[in-house]
Amino acid sequence: MSVRSANSQGRRRTRGRLRRYIAFALPWLILAPLLFPFVWMVLTSLKTHIDAVAYPPVFFFTATVQNYVEVFRNNPFGTYLVNSFIIALGSTALAVLLGLPAAYSIARARRRALALSILIARIVPGISYLVPWYVIFRTLGLLDTYLALILTHLIVSLPIVVWLMIGFYEDIPVDLEQAAQVDGCSRFQAFLWIAIPLTLPGLVAAVIVSFIFSWNNFLFSLILAGERTKPLPVAVFNFMTYGMIHWGGLAAAVTVILVPVLILTFLIQRHIVRGLTAGATIG
Amino acid sequence: MPDGSDVLMQREPPQARVAFGATPGEGRPGGQYLNIAQWCDRHLFLILPIPAVVTILLIIALPLAYTFWLSANRWVVTAFTPPTFVGVQNYVRLIAGDLDFWASVGRTLLFAGLALGVQTLLGLGMALVFHREFPGRGLARTLLLLPMTATPAAIGLLWAMMMDPDLGVLNYFLSVVGLPKSLWLASPRVVIPAVVLVDTWEWSPLIALFCMAGLAVIPGEPYDAARIDGASAWQQFWSITLPLLRPVLVVAMLFRAIDALKTFDILYVMTQGGPGRASETINMYAYLQAFHYFNMGYSSAILVALLALVLGVSLMLISVRRGTEA
Repeated sequence: MSVRSANSQGRRRTRGRLRRYIAFALPWLILAPLLFPFVWMVLTSLKTHIDAVAYPPVFFFTATVQNYVEVFRNNPFGTYLVNSFIIALGSTALAVLLGLPAAYSIARARRRALALSILIARIVPGISYLVPWYVIFRTLGLLDTYLALILTHLIVSLPIVVWLMIGFYEDIPVDLEQAAQVDGCSRFQAFLWIAIPLTLPGLVAAVIVSFIFSWNNFLFSLILAGERTKPLPVAVFNFMTYGMIHWGGLAAAVTVILVPVLILTFLIQRHIVRGLTAGATIG
Repeated sequence: MPDGSDVLMQREPPQARVAFGATPGEGRPGGQYLNIAQWCDRHLFLILPIPAVVTILLIIALPLAYTFWLSANRWVVTAFTPPTFVGVQNYVRLIAGDLDFWASVGRTLLFAGLALGVQTLLGLGMALVFHREFPGRGLARTLLLLPMTATPAAIGLLWAMMMDPDLGVLNYFLSVVGLPKSLWLASPRVVIPAVVLVDTWEWSPLIALFCMAGLAVIPGEPYDAARIDGASAWQQFWSITLPLLRPVLVVAMLFRAIDALKTFDILYVMTQGGPGRASETINMYAYLQAFHYFNMGYSSAILVALLALVLGVSLMLISVRRGTEA
């Protein structure tokens, strides 16, 4: 083997190794700017008032939980947190109650029209519901009630639950339900005692995805909620408007909003993808 | 509409029909009741969805119909007078005389167009990177989801803080690499690109997710053949990956286009349409008309226009998709 070819072979090897390093590092280089805002949020929430508005910004400092203490002490943040939970859990429970039977029928009887109509909820801009709802709930005296908020959040949670559950029901073989019917079960009993228990893990996933999307909703509560029922995102938005520059407190409040959804995302990431891309196979 | 129970009936073994389909209820005490129960059970797939359908009609169809009706009325909620029917007057005013509306249409299209273009390119690039095996791929893919599941309103507040012209960390980064500071949300010219930046941070991963799903089902053979023929990586991408990915990519773009045209949360939290009206999209204009000026009728007309725009863009992209399938 000549010196020259050995040399070029060596060069090729270094190039190959370099390329492999890049292939390993590149995904994390892309993720860095995606994750930076979360890191910055947590860092800012742990800073003192002075550190939070320091310029140039400080990256190393003595951490303090003062912001969290203040946010909860100076505002009824506990109430807002509870409001958020009540609304998200309420609408999710209602969505399961209404959505499970519908999803089961769509999966077993192939009602595409129904599935399509559920997708419409995704296309229509949220504000176009808001004007009528505002008028209706104002007339009925239901503004600033959990009922109004839970009902309106169904627009987010019902399609998600139905969509995800269609997939889960289609995944289980129909034979088991038929066998149960042969043994004297009615169809409804087969649904209740066979289909639902078999898709329980899927149901948990659907509940969590629906919870996240309802938790994240801002627009509906912005108009329909008042002092009593205000959920976290709206409360924190007001907090910013009145609170001027209190970045440590703002970052702490934002962290409180995000921590539950980020944890839940980690728990069921595969199903989140299904929820985010709901409807992609139809249409 | 085909009766759903028939579909299942055909697949059922004959015994099943004997088991409950042919059991006569009469002749027994409570036979009438049993008949009703049996009828219900046989048409179960018609009955089960009824609660959901009623709810959807109540919370989706009814409000939409009401919006259409209101758009033909003049109604200021605070005036304590009932709506007065004005026919198409709101639409005439909107289309013929309202420059603010047309400016908001322009801003909406600019925002959605910018967002869609940048996110499609970035998302496609991200998918190509994340499709390959690398250490920690599972964790990385989960982390990719975080911007999308994070509460948009909270994200908007967070970015507004980072974009502060005086003390924000983004301007600090700009100064570190020697670029001039930006006014970000305070500048009428930068505000839309700035919000597009946040939207891009939030939603590029969605396009990446779609594309990764598409890449996962592309077979290896075309690439083997191309390599034998001496095609470069770029040629392989251009003549194999991209054409095979196109249907998925179009669906991803459809999703993004719909959501980008409707963007509200981050815009409202970060700018409320400002500075001045520099970021007042159709959505924001309708919101302000309804809930700051209480012109419910006029706002409804704007919302119908927005709905038409979203539907139009959706249909356009769907027809593009049909074209790629044929």
